[in-house]
Amino acid sequence: MASLNLLIGVCLGYVTLLFGVAFVAERAAARGKGAWLRSPLVYTLSLSIYCTAWTFYGAVGYAARSGMEFVTIYLGPSLVMIGWWWVLRKLVRIGRTQRVTSIADLISSRYGKSNTLAIIVTVMAVIGVTPYIALQLQSVTLSLSIFADPSGATDGGMNLLSAGFWVALGLALFTVLFGTRNLNANERHDGVVIAVAVEAVVKLIALLAVGIFVVWGISGGITETMARIDASEIGQWHMDRSRWAALTVLSGAAFLCLPRMFQVLVVEHDDERHLHIASWAFPIYLMLMSLFVVPIAVVGLDLLPAGSNPDLFVLTVPLSQGQDGLAILSFLGGFSSATSMVIVATLALSTMVSNHVVMPIYLSLQGEGATVSGDVRSVVILSRRASILIIIALGYLYYRISGGSGALAAIGLISFAGVAQFLPSMLGGIFWRGATRVGALCGLVTGFTIWIYASLLPSFGTDVVLSQSVFDMGPLGINWLRPQALFGVDGLDPTVHAVLWSLLLNTGAFVVGSLVSFPTPLERLQGAQFVNIFAHSGHARGWSASVAESEDLMIMAQRILGAREAQDLFRTEARKQGVDGHLPEPTPDFLQRLERELSASVGAATAHAMISQLVGGTSVSVQDLMAVADESAQLLEYSSQLEAKSSELSHTALQLREANAKLTQLSVQKDAFLSQISHELRTPMTSIRSFSEILRDTKRLSGEEKTKYASIIHVEAIRLTRLLDDLLDLSVLENGQVSLNEATGAMDDVIDHAVATTQAGGATLRIARVNGPVRVMVHTDLDRLAQVFINLVSNAQKYCKADVPELTIELREEQGNVEVYFTDNGVPIPNDTRALIFEKFARIDDQDGSGAGLGLAICREIMARLGGDIFYLPMTNGNRFVVRLPQTLALAAQ
Amino acid sequence: MGKRVLLVEDEPNIIEAITFLLSREGWHVDTHSDGATAVDKVRDLAPDLLMLDHMLPGKSGLDILTELRSDSDYAALPILMLTARGQMRDRAQAEEAGVSRFMTKPFSNTEVLNAVRDLTYT
Repeated sequence: MASLNLLIGVCLGYVTLLFGVAFVAERAAARGKGAWLRSPLVYTLSLSIYCTAWTFYGAVGYAARSGMEFVTIYLGPSLVMIGWWWVLRKLVRIGRTQRVTSIADLISSRYGKSNTLAIIVTVMAVIGVTPYIALQLQSVTLSLSIFADPSGATDGGMNLLSAGFWVALGLALFTVLFGTRNLNANERHDGVVIAVAVEAVVKLIALLAVGIFVVWGISGGITETMARIDASEIGQWHMDRSRWAALTVLSGAAFLCLPRMFQVLVVEHDDERHLHIASWAFPIYLMLMSLFVVPIAVVGLDLLPAGSNPDLFVLTVPLSQGQDGLAILSFLGGFSSATSMVIVATLALSTMVSNHVVMPIYLSLQGEGATVSGDVRSVVILSRRASILIIIALGYLYYRISGGSGALAAIGLISFAGVAQFLPSMLGGIFWRGATRVGALCGLVTGFTIWIYASLLPSFGTDVVLSQSVFDMGPLGINWLRPQALFGVDGLDPTVHAVLWSLLLNTGAFVVGSLVSFPTPLERLQGAQFVNIFAHSGHARGWSASVAESEDLMIMAQRILGAREAQDLFRTEARKQGVDGHLPEPTPDFLQRLERELSASVGAATAHAMISQLVGGTSVSVQDLMAVADESAQLLEYSSQLEAKSSELSHTALQLREANAKLTQLSVQKDAFLSQISHELRTPMTSIRSFSEILRDTKRLSGEEKTKYASIIHVEAIRLTRLLDDLLDLSVLENGQVSLNEATGAMDDVIDHAVATTQAGGATLRIARVNGPVRVMVHTDLDRLAQVFINLVSNAQKYCKADVPELTIELREEQGNVEVYFTDNGVPIPNDTRALIFEKFARIDDQDGSGAGLGLAICREIMARLGGDIFYLPMTNGNRFVVRLPQTLALAAQ
Repeated sequence: MGKRVLLVEDEPNIIEAITFLLSREGWHVDTHSDGATAVDKVRDLAPDLLMLDHMLPGKSGLDILTELRSDSDYAALPILMLTARGQMRDRAQAEEAGVSRFMTKPFSNTEVLNAVRDLTYT
């Protein structure tokens, strides 16, 4: 009799062996000598994690209870491998080219990288797989209890529930140690895969050994065994066709959709060619695994007392025959089945949980800060470990709640039905471009809701979650919502019922949802990418031995890096390769180096796309193109920023030029002003000096001459004085030191005064007046206003050279403003001088020398002080000056 | 036959003063007040002396000077330039252009007469 302690010792030894194998494998892989790790044999064996403790122990139990039906569980995957290998090939190709890390990742990236979908799939997968993990706990716990109480008739030998806890803890530690010792970017676990392969061999050998013992050791040969089978009920072939069909479909679907299967089928695997071998090798493995199920079941039923748990016949039959060694081997087989399943399943799930749930939350909480890769890495590992513990804890919880009593096969089928809900979205996603995110969401949520309601909740038994009345009458008495007779379809087997409805409505909702919704551009792109994966993808992303011409690469590199840099790079590489000349062989290493160099200049995505084009082995994926577009957008933004800066600069330069021109002009104006002042002062002084000298030095001057010259001196002296007055006046006005002498008066009077003053000498200018009906009153500095008018009238006198010079003075009143038009019929001021007339000394053809050219400048200053304005309007046949001022000075004084 | 002087000047009182001074010295004084036609006037009258104001309507005294000096007929014509602008640059420009004498207003009558004598008694 093997003791429990011996058993535990054997387990620990076995686990140590597995660790050793895994360690060696990872060391080999790290050193690049791991080609054998990627052989078709290892791939096929790793697929055997499909065969869990359920298959190992449960199949016999299943056969003992339900006859041949257990075969469906092997039939589904075999059919998938043989008939649907092309689906698998497509999945593997997509998984590799899109760098898919899990089934949640696959579905979310297919539907426009929707994180919502990823989270839903992750949650569904965790819930769906939980019963399955519970199943492994249950089987290991049960098998341990057999050794504690070899009769197998009762469970009383040890506390099953607390044993379950320790088993769960052990499995969790085992998984954490195995699966998260280090973190690989590609989510591959070479050590795990090889350990799983070893376990696959162990469980096959164990089951075959027990089978051979049963057939030849107990029954006495094949003929005798067949006779026994024929005599038993199992031999009677009760075949429930709907159950057979449903279970075959279900197990096939689960084979594709189970997270752990997806992990070994797609994620851990990258060589499509292995599928050719696995497509026949794996069905053979499954056949071997099922070969002795019926004999063991029949013999177990014969030999062991009624009431023995048929799920444990694989152990109890050898034990009952005193074959302790064989029993221990069998136990190891079961242990292998359970551990390999739990490790891979929780690894796959924890990847999903940490990638799609924990990391997005962590990164969004971190905001911009989470750029230190080391931090993120430790967070990832921590979140994976926590996820593993939580998932196994959930399994344990399910085991506790469901009481640890259900038949193993029944629990397994619940899990199968749960994960099978991924099938419509997954297959639809890779074969139907019209499938959309909304469709996938609808299908998944619908199918999963029905599964929970019709399959998961009832599995806890009545009155745990759902009461008996719900089963009998439906929730709230709604008959057609009974969990095991939805929509009034009664009389179906509960499993068939749940599978039928959930998958049917799931697919329906998926199709309808896809048809009525519109995909986003990203969904469209990803859809095309997934559906037409064979058209788009070539080999792996690393550069395989290529057909690229070094010369082409050289030309491209020169364009991007510059001639000398490119030549240096190529020459160095050529020397390293020992090639003559300066063109190296385009080895994968060199291509990668070149890509790195180029990406420094043009961005990683563009560099990859460019080399892809030349190398030809890898076509440019949509993702590559989108990355290129991103980079281009950044470049565009950068260049538009530069453009904005440059236009800003040229604008500033223009402003500077303008300011400079203004300064130059001011300087010129200052010089001109000084020249003008000088001229205006010196000219009258010349006359004064000259004539005073004539008067002084000339003896014989007539009295008439004396008078004339004296009066010239007098006029010139007055002119000088007026010039000085004007200059002072202008200076005072310009400096704002003038004080206004405000008064109220009639505009007419002011104009009259101006006209009277200027016309005093009996001038030839005719003056016409146009007045409105009302006398316009103003409140302003009337003297200053008169000064402006006098200036304008006397200008007209001086400069209007018409045959009959005429000046029209028109008065207008408008919205609190008064406007006076002084319109003459002279020659319009030339275009180029118009802008200058209000400047100082801007005399235009002033030949009589009476004005200093300050008049209009003074007028402008005065009008500004009065809160008004003066401006010039050219007429077709004359000139018009407009004086505008507010009727009341106070209104506009400030 | 008395010598002829052409006075190109736009200020009436200055014209009167200079005419009075030079007439008493025996000069025949022609006057002209438009810069634009001054060169033609010189060609017409072929004066022995040209007195030229700097600031003239139509064309500046400096331009008239330059134009005359570019003609070999007038390379030796004594030209006395009078200006009311007190700028050093004007003198430099006029001398470069070949002015015979440059005077700044206001001038003393003696100064003008001495200059005229210097320029014509050779």
